[in-house]
Amino acid sequence: MKKTDAMQGSLDLLILKVLSRQPKLHGYAIMTAIKQTSGDVLNAEVGSLYPALHRMEETGWIRAEWAPKEAGRRTRLYQLTAAGKKQLAAEVARWYTVSSAINRVLQEA
Amino acid sequence: MSLWSRIAYAFRSDRLNREIDEEFAAHMEEAIAAGEDPAEVRRSFGSLLRLREQSREARIAGRLYNLRADLVFGWRQLLKRKITTATAILSLALAIGACTSAFRLIDALFLRPLHVAHADQLNVLVRQGPDDHGVPRSFDDFAYPNFARMRAAAKGQAELIAASFTYRTDLTYATDNEMEKGYVQYVSGTMFPTFALRPTLGRLFTAEDDITPGAHPIAVISYNYWSRRFANDPQVVGRTVRIGGNMFQIIGVGPKSFTGTEPGILTDIFLPAMMDPDVARTDISWVRVLAVIAPGVPHEPLRAKLDAVSLNYETERARGFVGMSRHNIEMSLQKKMVIEPAAAGVSRLQGDYREALVWLGVLVALVLLIACANVANLMTAQAASRAREMALRVSIGAGRSRLMQLVLVQNAMLAFFSAVLGAIFAWWAAPFVVSRINPPDNPAHLILPADWRVLAFGSLLTLAVTLLFGLAPALRASAIQPVIALKGGEEPRTKDRSMYALIAAQVAFCFVVLFFAGLFLVTYRNLSKQRLGFDAQNLLLIETTTPHGQSPEAWSQMADTLRTVPGVKDVAISSWPLLSGGWTGSISVNAAPPTDTWGYFLSISPGWLNTMRIQLIDGRDFNSADTFPGEAIVNQSFVKIFFNGVNPIGRTFEKVNPLGSRQLCRVVGVVSDATYGNLHEPLRPVAYVPFHKINEDGTLNPADGGAFVVRTSGINPISLAATSRRLVAKTNPAYRVNNVRTQQELVDNQSIRERLLALLALFFAIVALLLAAIGLYGVLSYSVLQREREIGIRIAVGARIGSIVRLVTAPIFVTVLIGAAAGIACGITSVRYVQALLFGLEGAAPSMLIVPTLVLFAAALLAAIPAVLRAARIDPSIMLRAD
Repeated sequence: MKKTDAMQGSLDLLILKVLSRQPKLHGYAIMTAIKQTSGDVLNAEVGSLYPALHRMEETGWIRAEWAPKEAGRRTRLYQLTAAGKKQLAAEVARWYTVSSAINRVLQEA
Repeated sequence: MSLWSRIAYAFRSDRLNREIDEEFAAHMEEAIAAGEDPAEVRRSFGSLLRLREQSREARIAGRLYNLRADLVFGWRQLLKRKITTATAILSLALAIGACTSAFRLIDALFLRPLHVAHADQLNVLVRQGPDDHGVPRSFDDFAYPNFARMRAAAKGQAELIAASFTYRTDLTYATDNEMEKGYVQYVSGTMFPTFALRPTLGRLFTAEDDITPGAHPIAVISYNYWSRRFANDPQVVGRTVRIGGNMFQIIGVGPKSFTGTEPGILTDIFLPAMMDPDVARTDISWVRVLAVIAPGVPHEPLRAKLDAVSLNYETERARGFVGMSRHNIEMSLQKKMVIEPAAAGVSRLQGDYREALVWLGVLVALVLLIACANVANLMTAQAASRAREMALRVSIGAGRSRLMQLVLVQNAMLAFFSAVLGAIFAWWAAPFVVSRINPPDNPAHLILPADWRVLAFGSLLTLAVTLLFGLAPALRASAIQPVIALKGGEEPRTKDRSMYALIAAQVAFCFVVLFFAGLFLVTYRNLSKQRLGFDAQNLLLIETTTPHGQSPEAWSQMADTLRTVPGVKDVAISSWPLLSGGWTGSISVNAAPPTDTWGYFLSISPGWLNTMRIQLIDGRDFNSADTFPGEAIVNQSFVKIFFNGVNPIGRTFEKVNPLGSRQLCRVVGVVSDATYGNLHEPLRPVAYVPFHKINEDGTLNPADGGAFVVRTSGINPISLAATSRRLVAKTNPAYRVNNVRTQQELVDNQSIRERLLALLALFFAIVALLLAAIGLYGVLSYSVLQREREIGIRIAVGARIGSIVRLVTAPIFVTVLIGAAAGIACGITSVRYVQALLFGLEGAAPSMLIVPTLVLFAAALLAAIPAVLRAARIDPSIMLRAD
């Protein structure tokens, strides 16, 4: 079963939330965090994670910096910006509105 | 991400790709290190290339990427049409460069504030009123005692500074035999402190140097002069320089930024006003009065106060003018004081070139508009040929703004290249024009820095030009209707209409430029053909002074010595050369009251009339026994004005001086009229008097200065300059040669402005004509190209060549007619504003309108020929088979 479908449109929210809990994560860490905290239900694919990260960086919600790793290699670490924090709050609020609405619709039936 | 890094990204996409790859590689390592299956991990990245593209799209601003693409595409478009592009760039560059040059000149002469404190509060006092001939004029010269009174009156409200007219004079740091030239200006001691100027070396003048006439023998040299003459030698302070019989000790060097108060002249040496020999004279006006008016002081009451003080001074002085006619005294007192802002300084160059530069600016602006119209038409034609491409872009989803950007970027590139070329042109042209102002031995020194003012002007101009010629094509490109354009049939007429309107405007502007060029050319021709009344060719002028005066014998001995130089035909003496000085007095015949009209005087030696080739009509030349007062030779105008045209030989007149003294002269000869002082003015009534003067007590007054007029036998007179100069010094060391020049130079100097204007106007007229012709040619060729098929069909169905030619040329000639009519109207209405720059012609004369019209039509005909030939040669069988 393809689990990504469940995340359509909410990947941004998940990334922002993960980064709000723990700043300075690289892409793989964000991916595993989403996977683990959701109890293996949600799985962000590489193919959607990185475009989303780069798009959000461009928009100014998150900030990236290169951090040195061993043997002269580098890794790119992401963290929330002030705008990102605001966006997170807005997305969370929207999520609750939408999900409670959906719940209501489901319960009516 | 900052804007800078975005721009960096747009142009360094390789680095971006590497970064994205690096990040992905790090991810895979982490995943593998976390124990995931390497193959699985790699597969999860799928097509790396696609992913990378997606990330890249996100990471660089799309707009910038597009901009770069547009730049590259625009560049290719420009390269594809090399000739069109080169024409457009060259014409725009010329126009932009010319406009920028004009701005540089106007800015340097009139706008750029002096580098002094309170430049914005700096004003100059000017008196406006009738001159000796009743013509309204502005006078900015004052006598020093008058200045002193005004300065006292203005105390507390304004600081008044006296500054003499900077002039070029002989000076020496050693002996008289090593004379050199320098620009000298006498200034108030308060000038330097009021301007808050600091010395580079030593000290500057202070108010203490304004006290006793003749008691402050000190000098301050300018930084510029210090560098040029002394190579920045710090030992210069303490050296002495001799100027006009006085020794001055150099006490300091001025600041680098200060070059004097007269734009166009770099002052070399500043001297205290107290040291001017005329400082106590009430009858000699030699200072300009600069006023630094304290902030908040209203100008009008101050002006009224100064006016009253000055008028009072002049009225007191006029009480002594018993030798002047009532009318002339009243006229001299009619002047009204005006305070004029002078942040940029004041100079004679400003007065001489104000109007000329403004009109030059108008001409170059018109040329710029013509060039813009040209390029707009080229662009429109190009846009039309790209209609399909544009339509395709719209139909595959390009937004209107993207299309506008595409076209605007291309135009901006065009404008940018033009601006760069134009800047190079202006770099060269502005100093070139300045070097043509003033005689070659005394060039104008206008400081023309290429600073932010010029840069800002150039940038604004380029922006305006881009919008002017680029906006219409850009809007048209963006308004394209894909359905119509892709169908291949757009009504061509709508497009043509704006092209024809631009052509009409071009023709009108071109006419105006041609018309003005014609006016300036005829002015110069009239002036240089002006009858002088003497022969200026082959005349060398050696101007000398002898500080203590010399006897008549010494003067004629010197003339005799000069006569022995090989190549010399004739030598004579006058107090100064014609066209270089003036001496006037009222005339009284039969002891009548002094006349309103002034008589003009010149002292000459026997033989001078013949040397100058001035014709003796009646009576005799002077001989060595004649003196002044005593004998006189008058010209025809003098006879007409003062003797009512009756033969004056043997009759007498008196030269009446303002203070009442009279000098009696008996007319011994009548000569033909010759120009006295100014080519632009009508011929004056002149009385020539003997070179030897007698004082009132009958003793001889030895002449202390005069010009030897040397006529050569056909050889270039200036080639004798060095020999004669040496010979004079050797023959009699009491003589000092001030200046050696030719009479022709003096004549030429009087028409320098007219020559410059004619030259530049002619140049711009040719450019304007060329541009307009190119424009016409372009539009005609384009319209033929557009209608090739139509013309082919017409020919196929039997249309004659004549009707084809008419078909092609009729609209363009109607356009040219309309443009020319508009141009004529513009020319006639504006001509009265240039009248002051013209000489010997009526601006609105029909002949001045006919020539430019004919030239314009000839150019239009010439420009039409290629298109007409092309239309006539269309082969219907080929044309109709084409697609």
